[in-house]
This record gives sequence, structure tokens and C-alpha cells, in this order.
Amino acid sequence: MKRVVITGAGTINALAHDVPGTLEAMREGRCGIGELELRDVERLGIRIGGQVKDFEPEEMFNRQQMALFDRFTQFTLVAAREAIAQSGLTFDGELATRSGVVLGNSGGGMTTLDENYRSVYEEGKNRIHPFVVPKLMNNAAASHVAMQYNLMGPSFTVSTACSSSNHAMAQAFQMVHGGACPVMVTGGSESILCFGGVKAWEGLRVMSRDACRPFSANRNGMVQGEGAGIFVFEEYEHARARGAEILAEVIGYAMTSDASDIVMPSKQGAARAISGAMRDAKVNAEEVGYINAHGTGTAANDKTECAAVADVFGHHADNLLMSSTKSMHGHVIGGTGAIELLACIMALRDGIVAPTIGYQEPDPECALDVVPNEAREAKIDVALSNAFAFGGLNAVLALRRVA
Amino acid sequence: MTKNIQDRVIEIIAEQAVLEPSDVTMESTLEDLGIDSLGLVESIFAIEEAFDITVPFNANEPTESDFDISSVATIVAGIEKLVAEQHS
Repeated sequence: MKRVVITGAGTINALAHDVPGTLEAMREGRCGIGELELRDVERLGIRIGGQVKDFEPEEMFNRQQMALFDRFTQFTLVAAREAIAQSGLTFDGELATRSGVVLGNSGGGMTTLDENYRSVYEEGKNRIHPFVVPKLMNNAAASHVAMQYNLMGPSFTVSTACSSSNHAMAQAFQMVHGGACPVMVTGGSESILCFGGVKAWEGLRVMSRDACRPFSANRNGMVQGEGAGIFVFEEYEHARARGAEILAEVIGYAMTSDASDIVMPSKQGAARAISGAMRDAKVNAEEVGYINAHGTGTAANDKTECAAVADVFGHHADNLLMSSTKSMHGHVIGGTGAIELLACIMALRDGIVAPTIGYQEPDPECALDVVPNEAREAKIDVALSNAFAFGGLNAVLALRRVA
Repeated sequence: MTKNIQDRVIEIIAEQAVLEPSDVTMESTLEDLGIDSLGLVESIFAIEEAFDITVPFNANEPTESDFDISSVATIVAGIEKLVAEQHS
């Protein structure tokens, strides 16, 4: 089996429009969550989110591109540009025909849907722009990345709600690991911060009106975010032969299904995914120093996740660090695992563990070291990244520091 | 008016629990009736629609809001209060 390393990373999210800015914000424990700025916000009960601000897509994309790129595609392309530039790769010849792009996404072009529903239902128009379908389809972002970078190998979009990008990255890992592809561009994106998107989430009554406080006893729900995280997964020898900088090694994953409830998480499903990823990566519990938690800030997720970690790690659960960066960038749904993988890379490469901010009161049901409020220096050899989706679909990735 | 609110709430809860309204008593708890967290959120939505009110309920902190869901009686009392406040 081939070793798989990460040779490029890119992002745009509420904290920053690139990786260095995002990591700096995570080190400083900065909060990117604030008042939502969107049409009809006064009709929403939930008015906060991790919104990408000061983003001027018209300055990056031409008129024809703007007609085809929903906001989730715009985010994806911004992040892909940073990741692929960092990798230094150009896709030609066999490298182009064998390399592909697998991305996670949940809502597709939600903003495009929202705007066009308004125009036909609210404004009563009978004619819509001809590109509505290619703009809103969930695979649009993956297709535009493939087109821009000449990626002609296996390419598709994975949609498993909050686990989408972890499932996508696991799939991309498998393709390189198994030898089918020398390089895979992977990660995910989401943009649901429009009136209809937030209104739909509001209905579930699991959203916080003031802050995302994972693991804190006074947590009161999740906060939506938006953005993208994109990575270049490359076969190790291929990367070494060209002298590429290696950010981290992806060493395994596991996917499980709770098969129990459409919204309530299961400790067993989560625990099986965590222990499965360690088994796949051939690491012992004691080697794991950091877990990037799913940590949504809901009552149900956080206690279930902590119980699963305690079950899997036993006494070692007290030694490892686990934080939720959703407290800073919000829950980016189908793109969240990709943005959170940056915190794993920072822990492994820079020895800095991102904090869980907004932490105010210990919760006996979440009695782990959640790195409250301030980043911490620690030498981390192996990190895990958890994602547990609505629908009970879980995906956990394992990464190792590359000396 | 009070009687009407009580009957209507019991109807909504009974429908959610797939029971006859006569099986739902004022002392019943949602747990007794087999209504889980999703069923509760759906019932609250139906109640909001029926009475054109907003119920301040967050599933993450069910005991934090003024709206007490510990029994059918407390739910009815809570709704009577909200109807009075929001339609006055």
C-alpha cells in the first residue's frame, strides 16, 4: 500500500481567507462568529453565524464565471488555488489523467436556490437564468476544480451532512493509498448562510442565539459557518521525488453508521469510528495526542462524543487533548471536517493545539482536556479528526507528524 | 378560551403520540406518551402554528426557558401564558 501525504492546503472561512491567517486566528483563539448580514435577517430568530466577510468574488471571477459559480463553488476555487499553488503541482499527461477531485458538500447551491425560489414564488417571475441547474448542483464545485486544474481522474462529490468532507477525504486517501491515483484534490465546502438555509436550521431548535460553546456546561447549541477547506493528497514517493514540502501524513480512517436515529448521535457509532480509524492506521491509543472534536456545542453531541472518547481511550483519555474549533469558525456542515483538518496539521507540524473558545463552565459529562480558551504547545505525533453527521454517518481520519 | 387551548393542545399531543385525545391526561409526561425529542420539536411547531405564537424553546436547554415541558398541564399553562402575552 502507498503512503499518503498532504502537500498543499487552502481555505477560506470566517476566520481568514487563507491558511496562514486561519492558523494565526486559531493560535490566538479568535472568534469569527458575529451578526449575520443577509437579506431578511430581521425575519430570522437566529442572527449569528461564522460568515465570510470582506469577500469580493466579482474581483476574482469574470462575468461568465460569476453566472456559473454559486458561493460554495467560489469558496472551493479560492481554497483550491491556495492548496494547489502550495503543492507546486501542474497536472499534465498521465498525472492529469490519473488524478482527480473528491469533495464534500451538503447543501449544494443553497444561495442560488434561495434567490431563484424568491424570484419565481415571491416575485412571481416565470423566467429564470439558464444556468440555475449547473450553478446549484452539489458537484459543481468539484467539476470546476477539475476543469481549472485539468484533473481527469476519478472525481465526484460526497454528501453526508456534517461528515461530508471527512468521507470525501477518506475516499481520496483510499484512492492514493490503493495506488489508483498519484494525487487527489480533496476537502469540502459549504455556503448555507442565506435566509432559507438559516430558517431551515432554526426549525430544529438546536441553534444558539449567542455563541458556540462546545463542552461548556452552559452550551446552548450550534452556530452555522461557511467556507471551504481544500487539500492536495499525494503519494509519498511522488512527493519526495519532487522535493515537495510535506505538511502531514494521512495514515488511516474509518467510517461507520449508527443505524439508529436520524438526528440523535450514538456513542457506539462514534466509538467504532474512532477505534476503527486507529486500527486502520495501526496506531495504539497512547500514540494519539490530539483529537479535533466534532464538538458542535449541542447538548447531545458533546456529551456523546466525550463518552465515546472515554470508552475508546480508557485512562489515556485523560492525557490527550481534544478541542472544537467550531467555537471559532462555526459549523461549516459539509466543509467543516476539511477546515478542521487544518487544526490537526497545526498540532502535528507546529506543535500548537487550537483551543475550544467560549468555554465558561466545566461539564461533568464532558470531563476531558478540551484546551479551553487558549491554544497550547504540545508535541503531537498522531491526531484524529472526528465527524459525526445527522443521519448517524460517521467518519474519522488519522494523521501523523512527518519528521 | 382556556378550555379551548387545553383541548387543542391535547389534540396536538395525542396526534404526535398516535393516541386518542382521551388517552392524554393533564398529568401525562411526554415520556409517558412516548414522545421523543424530535416529536417534542414537531409538537411545538404544531402548537405555534395552531395558536400563531412563538414558543421560546431550545432543544439544548429544555429546562432553561420559561416554557415548562414537564407535563401536559405545564405545557398548557405555558401556552395560555404565551397566547395572553402575544395576542394582547
